[in-house]
Amino acid sequence: MATPANGSVGVFVATRKGAWILRSDGARRRWDLTGPIFLGHVAHHLVLDPRDRRSLLLAARTGHLGPTVFRSTDQGASWKEASRPPAFPKARAGEPGRVVDHVFWLSPGHASEPNVWYAGTSPEGLFRSEDAGDHWDVVPGFEQHPMRIDWAIVDPKQSTPDGPILHSITIDPRDARHLYIGISGNDGGVFESLDKGLNWKPLNAGCMAPAVPDPYPEYGQDPHCLRLHPLAPDVLYQQNHCGIYRMQRPASRWERIGENMPKAVGDIGFPIVLHPRDPRTVWVFPMDGTDVWPRTSPDGKPAVYVTRDAGQSWQRQDRGLPASQAWLTVRRQAMSADAHDPVGLYFGTTSGELWASSDEGAQWSEIARHLPLIHSVEAAELSS
Amino acid sequence: MKVWIPQALLSYTDQRKLVEAHGATLAELLTDLDRRHPGIRFRMIDEQGGLRPHVRLFVNHDDVRQLDVPLRATDEVHIFQALSGG
Repeated sequence: MATPANGSVGVFVATRKGAWILRSDGARRRWDLTGPIFLGHVAHHLVLDPRDRRSLLLAARTGHLGPTVFRSTDQGASWKEASRPPAFPKARAGEPGRVVDHVFWLSPGHASEPNVWYAGTSPEGLFRSEDAGDHWDVVPGFEQHPMRIDWAIVDPKQSTPDGPILHSITIDPRDARHLYIGISGNDGGVFESLDKGLNWKPLNAGCMAPAVPDPYPEYGQDPHCLRLHPLAPDVLYQQNHCGIYRMQRPASRWERIGENMPKAVGDIGFPIVLHPRDPRTVWVFPMDGTDVWPRTSPDGKPAVYVTRDAGQSWQRQDRGLPASQAWLTVRRQAMSADAHDPVGLYFGTTSGELWASSDEGAQWSEIARHLPLIHSVEAAELSS
Repeated sequence: MKVWIPQALLSYTDQRKLVEAHGATLAELLTDLDRRHPGIRFRMIDEQGGLRPHVRLFVNHDDVRQLDVPLRATDEVHIFQALSGG
């Protein structure tokens, strides 16, 4: 969106116990909280389709009832379950089959494919819907890739706490065939496809991998969150398990821009958020990656950090946030930006707090509290 | 035959706790149940044909783990789901 938005804004919050929606006018001073939506369901991602601004998809898991996707065509007023939720192909007799534990990530498809959505699951699966999320099919090029079993971990016990995940499904706005994904487990990394998912190759050069003898393997990294700039699609950023990175295509090597963060804060975290118009401006929410990795705000003093020069320098933004004894954790999907000028920023914590800034991080205020553990926060324009 | 539906699945049966479905085996009955109440089977049986964790199926008073168990027209099927977690 090259021109700043000035209409109403929605903030879509998915939590461990259901989903909520906050709405505000363009001023973004007062917020109306509505919900819960599907109270008690484990909601991982609630995403508004930017192509129609009406359709919502919710990635959910109901206790022990397994994974599913719910759909709304009226901004959340009513819902229907997908007729065929994401599910792996049935295994041949005698072979172990994979079972989707939960749908983790939802990405609207390319602007030229208005009913297409992608979903990433745990364990790592890539799914595609061509009917606005009603029926889902596995993307066979990833599922049957001869290296998939190496890229995606086999033993979930060796993986991330809630299971290995496929996330950060990212589509080049210039080309619907050009896809990126992130895989987090004990193996994983960033992977790229130039043919709509038929073939894949690792894209991890220059990026450190945790817990392996060779710190720079071809794959085995743990990207926490990958973002591509919509107006400069050759610019990629990732918040990785091992730092903050940037890549400028056509180069295929990551540069660790987190080295320029204050050493006492470090460059470990989960989300990374891009300015909707300026590809040099990026926000992160650092968390403590020292000792046994508490993954809380360093020293109990939460702050967002922003760079406005593509990672050469970083500035602390903590006005309005608690000054001390605040041990916040923000998950990889739980930080987002709107498209206004100045840009609005939003992040949700695992302790159920939702924080917002309507001036690009200069001042923060809490706009919701006492929610369940927040998995994801997505800001979106509700009107033009 | 009669099929008793647990609370967590009532959204699939218009809140009816007791519904009808038919089949010569439990597998066939669940297929028929899904035809009448779309989506309900996948909440109990995963894509590899396995019973989801904490789902229990009873034919009359017998806890059944295999879906190929034969059924008689007079049998009643009870579906239970033991939800847990804080």
